[in-house]
Amino acid sequence: MQFMLLFSRQGKLRLQKWYVPLSDKEKKKITRELVQTVLARKPKMCSFLEWRDLKIVYKRYASLYFCCAIEDQDNELITLEIIHRYVELLDKYFGSVCELDIIFNFEKAYFILDEFLLGGEAQETSKKNVLKAIEQADLLQEVSNTGLHPESFVNPSCV
Amino acid sequence: MALKIVKGSIDRMFDKNLQDLVRGIRNHKEDEAKYISTCIDEIKQELKQDNIAVKANAVCKLTYLQMLGYDVSWAAFNIVEVMSSSKFTYKRIGYLAASQCFHESTDVIMLTTNQIRKDLSSPNQYDTGVALTGLSCFVTPDLARDLANDIMTLVSHGDCVKRKRCSVLIMYKVFLKYPESLRPAFPRLKEKLEDPDPGVQSAAVNVICELARRNPKNYLSLAPLFFKLMTSSTNNWVLIKIIKLFGALTPLEPRLGKKLIEPLTNLIHSTSAMSLLYECVNTVIAGQYCSSVGSVVLCVQKLRILIEDSDQNLKYLGLLAMSKILKTHPKSVQSHKDLILQCLDDKDESIRLRALDLLYGMVSKKNLMEIVKKLMLHVDKAEGTTYRDELLTKIIDICSQSNYQYITNFEWSVSQPVTPHPPGISVSWWTIRVFAVAQMATLLDNAHLLTGSMQRNGICEVLYAAAWICGEFSEHLENPLQTLEAMLRPKVATLPGHIQAVYVQNAAKLFATVLKSQEGNTDSTTAQETSQLMIDRLPLFVQSANLEVQERASCILQLVKYIQKLQQKDVEVAEEVIALFAGELNPVAPKAQKKVPVPEGYLDLTPPSESESEDEQPKAIFAKEEPKHSRPRHTEVDEKELARRREARKQEQANNPFYIKASPSSQKVYQDAPGVEHIPVVQIDLSVPLKVPGLPMSDQYVKLEEERRQKERAEKKKKEKKKRKEKRSGRGKKHDSGPESEEDITPAHMVDIVTEEMPEVRCVSLQIQFSTSRIFNELSPSSFWVFNEKKSSKHKKKKQKKEKEEKEKKKKKKKHHHHHHHSDGGGEESVQNGTVEEEEPLPVSVYDIQGNLQDGSQVVVSVIFENKCDSFLKSMEFNVLDSLNSKLQRPEGSGPHDGLTVPFQLPPGVSNEARFVFTVQSIVMPQKLKGTLTFIVKNEDSSTHEKLDFKLHFTCTSYLITTPCYSDAFAKLLESGDLKGSSVRLEGVNMPFHHLLARICFHHHFSVVERIDSCASMYSRSIQGHHVCLLVKTSGQTVSIDAKCDEPTLLGNVLDEIKQTFSQC
Repeated sequence: MQFMLLFSRQGKLRLQKWYVPLSDKEKKKITRELVQTVLARKPKMCSFLEWRDLKIVYKRYASLYFCCAIEDQDNELITLEIIHRYVELLDKYFGSVCELDIIFNFEKAYFILDEFLLGGEAQETSKKNVLKAIEQADLLQEVSNTGLHPESFVNPSCV
Repeated sequence: MALKIVKGSIDRMFDKNLQDLVRGIRNHKEDEAKYISTCIDEIKQELKQDNIAVKANAVCKLTYLQMLGYDVSWAAFNIVEVMSSSKFTYKRIGYLAASQCFHESTDVIMLTTNQIRKDLSSPNQYDTGVALTGLSCFVTPDLARDLANDIMTLVSHGDCVKRKRCSVLIMYKVFLKYPESLRPAFPRLKEKLEDPDPGVQSAAVNVICELARRNPKNYLSLAPLFFKLMTSSTNNWVLIKIIKLFGALTPLEPRLGKKLIEPLTNLIHSTSAMSLLYECVNTVIAGQYCSSVGSVVLCVQKLRILIEDSDQNLKYLGLLAMSKILKTHPKSVQSHKDLILQCLDDKDESIRLRALDLLYGMVSKKNLMEIVKKLMLHVDKAEGTTYRDELLTKIIDICSQSNYQYITNFEWSVSQPVTPHPPGISVSWWTIRVFAVAQMATLLDNAHLLTGSMQRNGICEVLYAAAWICGEFSEHLENPLQTLEAMLRPKVATLPGHIQAVYVQNAAKLFATVLKSQEGNTDSTTAQETSQLMIDRLPLFVQSANLEVQERASCILQLVKYIQKLQQKDVEVAEEVIALFAGELNPVAPKAQKKVPVPEGYLDLTPPSESESEDEQPKAIFAKEEPKHSRPRHTEVDEKELARRREARKQEQANNPFYIKASPSSQKVYQDAPGVEHIPVVQIDLSVPLKVPGLPMSDQYVKLEEERRQKERAEKKKKEKKKRKEKRSGRGKKHDSGPESEEDITPAHMVDIVTEEMPEVRCVSLQIQFSTSRIFNELSPSSFWVFNEKKSSKHKKKKQKKEKEEKEKKKKKKKHHHHHHHSDGGGEESVQNGTVEEEEPLPVSVYDIQGNLQDGSQVVVSVIFENKCDSFLKSMEFNVLDSLNSKLQRPEGSGPHDGLTVPFQLPPGVSNEARFVFTVQSIVMPQKLKGTLTFIVKNEDSSTHEKLDFKLHFTCTSYLITTPCYSDAFAKLLESGDLKGSSVRLEGVNMPFHHLLARICFHHHFSVVERIDSCASMYSRSIQGHHVCLLVKTSGQTVSIDAKCDEPTLLGNVLDEIKQTFSQC
């Protein structure tokens, strides 16, 4: 996967994750172009489109569009699956996630994504494990915020 | 709930945290930029503080602002500071900010190396986690080099599964940035393929799969291991990756394909996961599994299920995969034409477009008419949308595909309003008329190119249409005078009578337009010159043997003479002349129209030399009435027109993204409810207003055609002897018999130089194949033929010996006619695109070599086989001795010396065409290929095996493709300095300059860029994209050609060939 974008129906970017190094200028250009293209598509259209030399897979959940760019040989259906998986994770984590959850806790949305995907590849396909990892990391954060030394809480044995 | 605790604690700590910022931005919608700039100032203050918590908060806010598009690169150093915090909370934020904001040119990245190393080896697995995640986003070559070892340590010694998994995944990124690390790391990576933990294993598969896609051959040795994994694994994520990997490997190792086919088919049969199924199907299609037809059939079946699914996504992917199969196995896809046509009704435009793409590839001679008919229905429905434009383009593409090779019936195509060459009259036509008129004018201007090749194709019918269009819509012409001039060239007189008649009539219309445009102009010379031009040129047509032409021409000539008289008295005549043809919709005065029926319905394409004699015969064969060119009046379409417009508006709204109705406003995820309703398309029957009285509509035509075919089939069964007779009676006739004969529809307009006067000369019958010229893009008379005859004949029968002399004489005559045609009386000519040296009594073959535009290394040779003897010929095998440079394309599995079976048999007196594809590596040199045709001659009592040797001459000219070029582009090309020059002088060329140019255009596939007096620039392009530019000058009998080309050898050969063309003048 090359990158993932989340944007609203109004075209506002809500989340961006780039797995290829690009300059800010390029990123902005691509984002603008893609948001326009995807928003112009009609609701009953299929989730795939060819764009430059990439394939775009997008899906709309309520007011949010989840949009991924994959290479020519990549599998569109598994990418849809990834998007869906991510939405499920957000939903579990926030409890009936909505756009505002992602706006106000955008760093959390990133952490969940990072726990699920690494360098554009699914690293953990089990939903349960991803959520467990996030919860533990949050706990760790909470502990360190309350002034205790983090190391004391770390459980060195892994999941 | 963990979240709630965290939220609460952060909230209390800072004045303005991320949530406040977001809220603030949402509350300042009007002056967002101003608000944010104050925020940034605050953040700058916060970053100056020593408190790491405040800094982390500031960095977090910056990350958000970065997403909104603000530049935060100035804070890069602060991000590094936060990254190096010992507290996980801040470290996490720091790494997140870094992964969002850093890129390869961020210079502070080099400061992070040590910090990352420390985090990677941290005992806290979460520190390692965030470091790896961050690294995956901003790894640079330097980081990759410095940290490769640390990552390797994690891979091999990691005590934690998660760490192992992540570090394996990140290795791919490291390899990309620092390829040197791959070699030492590879053994360990390979080890991980068999790791007990499925997560680690899957990560390793992932990495190797991605690596193998870039450079498959290094990973062939892993195939057995992957094969084992594939048959044992049940994880679909892993399976998809493995299958993809095999997809990359099989092209290198064909044996792998045979081995894989079984597990792949098993998976296709068994899996319920569509993603896996799709991956398998794709791999089977892309891999070298062609030997197994069964697997392709299975794939097509499965894809059919996908396409039939109600899920748009599956439909789309099914069509996408189908189009890949189409390239290799067109037959298996063609049987699903019904399904693909159904997809044209889909509400999703992207699916319709996919289906259109597929249709383009599925068209054959047999189904062209049906497909285009269906598409036309859709054009009507899609009025007013961009999709309609796409449809029209596709229809034109489909019809003109491969130089019109699929159009067997030009009469039909002329009845199609949007095909490139019709006097089509319909709404859709109406919208493109301005464009079309310009095209048609160009066409007329270049008509000399077409006329040369016309006797072997129906292309000159286009001129009929073009002339009419230009006359009728003359107000859209840029330069009516020039077109008028083009229409009155002496060469026109070589066209068939009915076309000439249209020319004359429309020349008059153009004349009227020119007069009108000159009206009011104080200088009346142009108007008078135009009259003079008419008066000078029309007598040629008055002398025409064709009554129709004669009658029209003499009428108009007298009229023009009268007008000229008035002009000389300075009387303003334009209004009156224009009134002759008044009425935009009803072009010709009804009476005049009635008076001058133009025979149509059967296209007589005999070359003029022959048709002249024929023209004197009564036109009994022209049974059909002429199509009337009047268009339905607006008044009668009003009601329907309104309905249609309403419909179009609806369509437009549906296509307009800003016209979306509000969606159900649920904010919750999972709804998947797209919100905007599909607007139902109301079907309106539009056939009435679009119908042109008199013109056979396409569907009627298809029906007629079908009836005719059925009748023929029935007749064939009776095995009658009337074949010849029928052929002469007009309609296309089946010439071939045998298994394939049902496959091809014989062109309705057979171009047949049949010697009716001398029926006893059985052997002389030369078939000329159908058009291959493109109309809009290029005017490429692809080639012509010359016959050489070998006298030696081992199998001469006594009876034939007697006839031989006669036959030869006849042949020469043919040849002469032929030449006469091309060169406009310019004498003998010699350059040939194709010559087949033939022996009788065996089949005559005529051939045409043409480059494949799509593929610069392919050349298609069409050969026409004609049986001139009394015996039945069968089991024909065509074989060519491959040279290093040119190879005959043979089906997979056959050896390099195997012949190709010609897919038909030839009864006596019958001919048929076969195409052979050659792969040519270098096109700079001409070459001759030797070949043999073996076949069995079957008599009533005996059958013998015979052989015929021939030579195929691939001239350099045959690699050139007529490509139009504008003078500015031409000038740029010459200025570029990339071209090398060469020149040639021709002495004793005794022909008008425009004949000379026409000859070069025709024989050598050039197009004229610009002509000034006795000097002209010409251009052509080879199938491999070489530009060839000529500057032709003439003075007296000497012609000098200066040429430039980016390939000097090619140029030299082309010039030699040009020289040869003229050397025999």
